[in-house]
Amino acid sequence: MKIPELLMVNEIFRGLWTTFRSMFEKPVTIQYPEEKKPVKPRFKGRHALKRYDNGLEKCIGCALCAAACPSDAIFVEPAENTDEERYSPGERYAATYEINLMRCIYCGFCADACPTEAIVLEHIYELAYTDRREAFFTKEKLLDPVSDPGRETPQTVEPGLYTRSIPEMKDLV
Amino acid sequence: MSEKITLTIDSQQVIVEKGTNIVDAGKSVGIDISVFCYHPKLEPVGACRICLVEIGRPQRERSTGELVLEADGTPQIYYSGNLETACTVPVAEGMVVHTANEKVTTAREDILEFILTSHPLDCPVCDKGGECSLQELTFGYGLSESRFPLDEKIHLGKHLPLGDLITLDQERCIQCGRCVRFQKEIAADPVLAFYHRGRKANIVSYSNPPFDSYWSGNTTDLCPVGALTTKDFRFEARIWEMNASPSICSHCPVGCNITLNTRRDPKTGRSTIQRVMPRQNEWVNELWICDKGRFAHHFTASEQRITKPLARNSKGKLKPVSWQKAFKIAAERLKSHPDGLVTLAGGRLANEDFYQLRTLTEGLSGKSVLNSSLAGGDLTARVGLGQGSNIKDLGSETVILVVACDLEEEAPLWWLRVKAAAENGATLIVVNPRETKLERSAEYILRYEYGEETQTVLDLLEKKSEESRAFKEKENGVVFFGAEGMNFKSSQILAQACANLLIKTNHVGKKNNGLIAVWPEANSQGAWDMGFKPQENLPEVLKKAETLIIAGADPIGDGIIPDLDGKFLLVQELFLTETASRADLVLPVLAITEKSGTFTSGERRVQLFESALPASGECLADYEIAAKLGLALGLEMIQGSSEQVLEEIIKYQPDYASLTLAALREVPEQQPYVTNKALSYTGTVFKNTSGVGVQLPVAAENTKISLEKFTLPKKGFGNGMLAVPVTRLYDRGIMIRTSEILGPRLIKNQLIVNPIDAKKAGLSADSRVDISLGKRTFEAAVDLDQTIPEGVILIPRNMGILLDGPEKAVLKAVK
Repeated sequence: MKIPELLMVNEIFRGLWTTFRSMFEKPVTIQYPEEKKPVKPRFKGRHALKRYDNGLEKCIGCALCAAACPSDAIFVEPAENTDEERYSPGERYAATYEINLMRCIYCGFCADACPTEAIVLEHIYELAYTDRREAFFTKEKLLDPVSDPGRETPQTVEPGLYTRSIPEMKDLV
Repeated sequence: MSEKITLTIDSQQVIVEKGTNIVDAGKSVGIDISVFCYHPKLEPVGACRICLVEIGRPQRERSTGELVLEADGTPQIYYSGNLETACTVPVAEGMVVHTANEKVTTAREDILEFILTSHPLDCPVCDKGGECSLQELTFGYGLSESRFPLDEKIHLGKHLPLGDLITLDQERCIQCGRCVRFQKEIAADPVLAFYHRGRKANIVSYSNPPFDSYWSGNTTDLCPVGALTTKDFRFEARIWEMNASPSICSHCPVGCNITLNTRRDPKTGRSTIQRVMPRQNEWVNELWICDKGRFAHHFTASEQRITKPLARNSKGKLKPVSWQKAFKIAAERLKSHPDGLVTLAGGRLANEDFYQLRTLTEGLSGKSVLNSSLAGGDLTARVGLGQGSNIKDLGSETVILVVACDLEEEAPLWWLRVKAAAENGATLIVVNPRETKLERSAEYILRYEYGEETQTVLDLLEKKSEESRAFKEKENGVVFFGAEGMNFKSSQILAQACANLLIKTNHVGKKNNGLIAVWPEANSQGAWDMGFKPQENLPEVLKKAETLIIAGADPIGDGIIPDLDGKFLLVQELFLTETASRADLVLPVLAITEKSGTFTSGERRVQLFESALPASGECLADYEIAAKLGLALGLEMIQGSSEQVLEEIIKYQPDYASLTLAALREVPEQQPYVTNKALSYTGTVFKNTSGVGVQLPVAAENTKISLEKFTLPKKGFGNGMLAVPVTRLYDRGIMIRTSEILGPRLIKNQLIVNPIDAKKAGLSADSRVDISLGKRTFEAAVDLDQTIPEGVILIPRNMGILLDGPEKAVLKAVK
């Protein structure tokens, strides 16, 4: 065997060539958190509770999300709407809505179960926390902010306007 | 034995009694025919059409009446081509029923499609969601499309109050009429009806106040959809989130079987009762419970509960102490003052509590006293209701005598069942000094003046009358007796007279015969059996005592004794009652929902209840407290669970010797068949899986019982107005008052007098009055009622006037 073969000169140079070549390639790393990579449209991140355009909450406190949840991460406590203090259309709203994100496995069953499409798994993935208690996402944290021309809940509304809880349900035919 | 019919349902041979309908016949072999309007306890109406089935009948030769046979020798079956409702068609010999062929399935799908044209489909916010027949059937038949446009759905009122306790959603109603029929047929309070026609037909109540019935909660169980829901459970929890624990209702001596639905609240970490549901027991409450049992459960979660032992400090104030300290104080006192111990217990404790308290008291040579003005617990043990009795079975061969009590107010389920027995043909004799609701079903109504109850019962034996003949001639006889307008002594005599009546007419020691005491509390019978006896002169006994252990009783608050100063007072209580607030040592106890044990009902049925909730605060069960006190005093007492105490009771209590834990947990097959499924045709009543209890044998079954000897008391109460304490279902006792939902239905601070007496005293309705009872004077409002006798003032218990037994009173209008 010759000496260069013994010292694996060829292999060393081939490896160094890979290193050298990558100096001219576009880097795959990004400067997180200054720079963020977009996620896929169907990415399932942290949940958000949605509102209608007028600001009323879509959530009607039916707790079907809690029933669907395989890891028992959701707790819902319903209460009753009145026209003086209305949170959502219909009779019922969620007085308490809590997700324990330490338990959540981001399966999205809650969003599938939701009859009003109130809970949606958003593209939020920055979920680090320093205190275990911060992992409990309350309704205040989960609710989307009100956008124009909506009003903050609870709203005082005209009587008889929002009597149904599932207002946007389409005819099945 | 009635005639048996053989028919074929879905190629399965079924043999049932003649007169059974096809739905029940199918259930007997496990074939479920979907129903909405049919209920096994109600008359079928065939209103909802969901139970359509195809029925074939064997052909007969018109001239000879012989069966027409096919070539293979089987009878030829004729199908009319029409579908029929299974609930209204009785079975017939040789019938062939198809419950699931294509024709039937298509018809059911169509019916569902029609029903859903006016149903809002708001299952996510509906409290019935999860146990709703319509939801289940819609899911089962897979109807995902409707030919009716959604916009044409009819919209009616939602969230309408139907009375103080029930909420009506008119849109969800499918007009099955179960609630209307229940109120009419079972509850005999026909306060509901249909209003409007066609798609707009809806349920209305025409009583004032609306839905004025003690049974309203049962309609929410019967409702196959979420049209009727209770206000108490409105938006509290979803069905699937709750645990179910078997329990026994602790509000009256009937001992209704209930299921407690509980849910843990993650915020507080504590489980709370969300709702109380009936549990099937065809020997006790069938499928029903009264509204008090259903809604008066909030006392267990009340903020007013005592959760820590309290001891009186040197400044005379009650301050929290540790259990060790509390036991030390109690043990020191009992050691240093060994004489003059009296243990006074109320009838809401469990058998285990009574047993341990009595063992403790006997160990210290004390006296065990029951707080009750109704006597006769020894007599019911001797000549009580015979083993194997069921009030449901009583019919034309039975006579029922009800003396000196208002069953509807004191033990509602007995009222319901006695009324049903009367409708089944039993002869009902009601003996009462004033009008009660039970009289509507009675064949004979006897009136007497307060104080002459015993004479009236004796007249049944001695004088010749239609009712006395009925009592003597009927094969079975049952006597219910109460203590309205009586003190302990006169109650004792009445009980003896009732016992003699039964013995002399040979109505003892047999099934469906015997004596039933309408006890003031749930387990007064158990207290008697465990050795607690009421005392004739209770105030004297209490006055003489040096040390008092008072468990589940409030002698000061009940007006038995004005004070208990100068004695050592150890009180075991749920709440800081009048007596507890004056005690030297207050020990917090578990509510019935937090402990397990047994109750003995008025029919002497021993029933188990299990704990549904964890202990509140530092509370201990009464039997544990007694056992630990015994340990501190060096007495030999069993230091274990309620089951261990029960085993001890079975060993040492001769009456209870026949019991075993396994027998108490046994569940025989019951009809109607209840399942815990949404499609159960009995509504949302719970299936009994934890035992129907065991009825104790009575002494008269084995031995000859001698007649009771007594002397008749002096006649009447003399001249002047007589104040009589009476029991009302919704009184203002702390166990009921803590349920806010019952607030509007609670009795008011009113005493009741006849208008004629009111006129004499210068009173009108709603005027204020001062009532003087001996040295005590109370102020109250006045309610006029012409059905009560003249010269009598009815004082509902717990309304604010402290009165334990009948007493002379003077009314004076407040200016």
